[in-house]
Amino acid sequence: MNSSTCNAKILLVTLIGLSLLGCERPPPESVQVGYRGTGMEQVVNPRILEQKVAVNVPPPATASAGTDGPTAGSIYQNVQVLGDLGIGQFNRLMVAMTSWVSPEEGCTYCHSAANFASDELYTKIVSRRMLQMTTEINSQWQNHVAQTGVTCYTCHRGKPVPGEVWFTDPGSARTANQGGGREHQNAAAPAVAMSSLPFDPFTPFFKDDSANIRVVSNTALPTGNRASTKQTEWTYGLMMHMSDALGVNCTFCHNTRAFADWSQSTPQRVTAWHGIEMVRALNGNYLEPLGPQYPENRLGPLGDAPKANCGTCHQGAYKPLYGASMLTDYPALAGPAAAGD
Amino acid sequence: MAEYLNIFTQIQVKGPADPGVPLPAGNTTRKGKPGYSHLLGLFGDAQIGPIYLGWFGIASLLCGFIAIEIIGLNMWASVNWDPIQFVRQLPWLALEPPSPANGLSIPPLNEGGWWLMAGFFLTTSILLWWVRVYRRARALGLGTHVAWAFAAAIWLYLVLGFIRPVLMGSWGEAVPFGIFPHLDWTAAFSIRYGNLFYNPFHMLSIAFLYGSALLFAMHGATILAVSQYGGDREVEQILDRGTASERSALFWRWTMGFNATMESIHRWAWWFAVLCPLTGGLGILLTGTVVDNWYLWGVKHGVAPAYPAVYPPVIDPAAASGISQ
Repeated sequence: MNSSTCNAKILLVTLIGLSLLGCERPPPESVQVGYRGTGMEQVVNPRILEQKVAVNVPPPATASAGTDGPTAGSIYQNVQVLGDLGIGQFNRLMVAMTSWVSPEEGCTYCHSAANFASDELYTKIVSRRMLQMTTEINSQWQNHVAQTGVTCYTCHRGKPVPGEVWFTDPGSARTANQGGGREHQNAAAPAVAMSSLPFDPFTPFFKDDSANIRVVSNTALPTGNRASTKQTEWTYGLMMHMSDALGVNCTFCHNTRAFADWSQSTPQRVTAWHGIEMVRALNGNYLEPLGPQYPENRLGPLGDAPKANCGTCHQGAYKPLYGASMLTDYPALAGPAAAGD
Repeated sequence: MAEYLNIFTQIQVKGPADPGVPLPAGNTTRKGKPGYSHLLGLFGDAQIGPIYLGWFGIASLLCGFIAIEIIGLNMWASVNWDPIQFVRQLPWLALEPPSPANGLSIPPLNEGGWWLMAGFFLTTSILLWWVRVYRRARALGLGTHVAWAFAAAIWLYLVLGFIRPVLMGSWGEAVPFGIFPHLDWTAAFSIRYGNLFYNPFHMLSIAFLYGSALLFAMHGATILAVSQYGGDREVEQILDRGTASERSALFWRWTMGFNATMESIHRWAWWFAVLCPLTGGLGILLTGTVVDNWYLWGVKHGVAPAYPAVYPPVIDPAAASGISQ
């Protein structure tokens, strides 16, 4: 073998090695979830699943407090939510919230050290609204969260700002005749699982006044459905987000031979549908209106408030925290609370 | 045993360069002094050149260059002229067709105008190259089979980027220029029109695509297997069947009861290759114009079977509550 063919072989082996760098190390496992032969399967990598399960364990519940004693509202001032709670229960929840949301910053992340009753800090106003949101989710959106429910920890996981929030993407700043217009797509965007699909599907689909996600026709022949292939890319981008946020394949909800057909879909698709409705309502009623409360560094590039998508709660798990219910330990968060009170 | 057999040939013959047969009157001459490449000689003929471009070739290369420039510079501009990001993100970058809202009008450059221009130059380049392929075949006294095979591919390209968008009334229906973006577009296209796998022309196209690969493998293997009997001299074997033809024909008759002939195998291969984009183009042409949901079309015509239900009945919650999503 002369040196040039030897070099060529080394180069070839190196290139093959490099091309595999982006791949996931085996072994993937496929689990059949539908009728045989239909490709209704979930692909999981046990090694990666093990890592994900390990980081999705809820923290242990704090020791329960007695229900007797005066209510928090009768002792503390300016208690606009949870005031009916017994003082012991109330304080236990406050301590738990601190460990869920601001373990390093402590109580004074939200409360003024001089006067805990003061609404001086924006964080207190936001957290009050978040408590109302939590009780609404647990009482009004059980068709998505069931009895498992959510707590502050579901999203926050020990961080003042949840790891996965979204802002409206300003897109390319390039003007009409400059060239290089991206049309809000064609970037390796984490929001759409590193695909080249439109990278901000949240603004059109996850706000209160949202665009129609459905693009597929209900009839074999054309009967006036004007949805374009480009529009489909937006829906597709949203679905990539959902798939990534839940750590599942398309077949978790859809029979991929007929994505649109409900009669062939799994029951999870109904749960997901309510999830989309829920996210829209939460963004519209709770998160977006908080915009004026935030300091500038908490806002997006266009000055909008941080908002929720599927990943905010799910964080890669098909059920947040793989279905562990923290709500049973903190029943005060279950509501009932009427919307917007 | 001679080693002058097949790919990765050990022996490279280097004699006086072959300039090719004389050109017809009026043609410019083939350009360049022929040279030799050892590396290319491992895969094919070691002689490089002389080359003939002619006006069609030069015009085609020029148009192709302009198209690639427009596409490439737009991609580079989309990462704000950052060379590192251009290389890193290249597979994701694209030049997008205009928004469907623009219909068939000519939009501003950055909103699809560049795409239209790139498409125009790329199409011109391809068509000019087709003319060149046709004319060079004629000038050599060949049949025009290569040109017509190329035309089949051009048909699919034109359906995707021109004919179907015009029928749909929107340039936005065309394919973006980009590596991942055109693949994502393909998947989105299939999803929008209810799963292209139920499109019978798509089925035919796949059959011809895989069939082409199979035929190519069978033919290549057969000829290599009989090359020690002179089977690689296929043209001579067509005219004067020798033991190589007899043995290869017998081999296939033994193994599957039927054999192609030294000539017909090439017609098999040509038609399989040509029918792949021809049927594929028909399938694309009918999508959205004539059929809007191929899965439902398949159900209607008994192509898509029903499977036993394994989940509890699932009902569209939007239909139940009257909310659309």
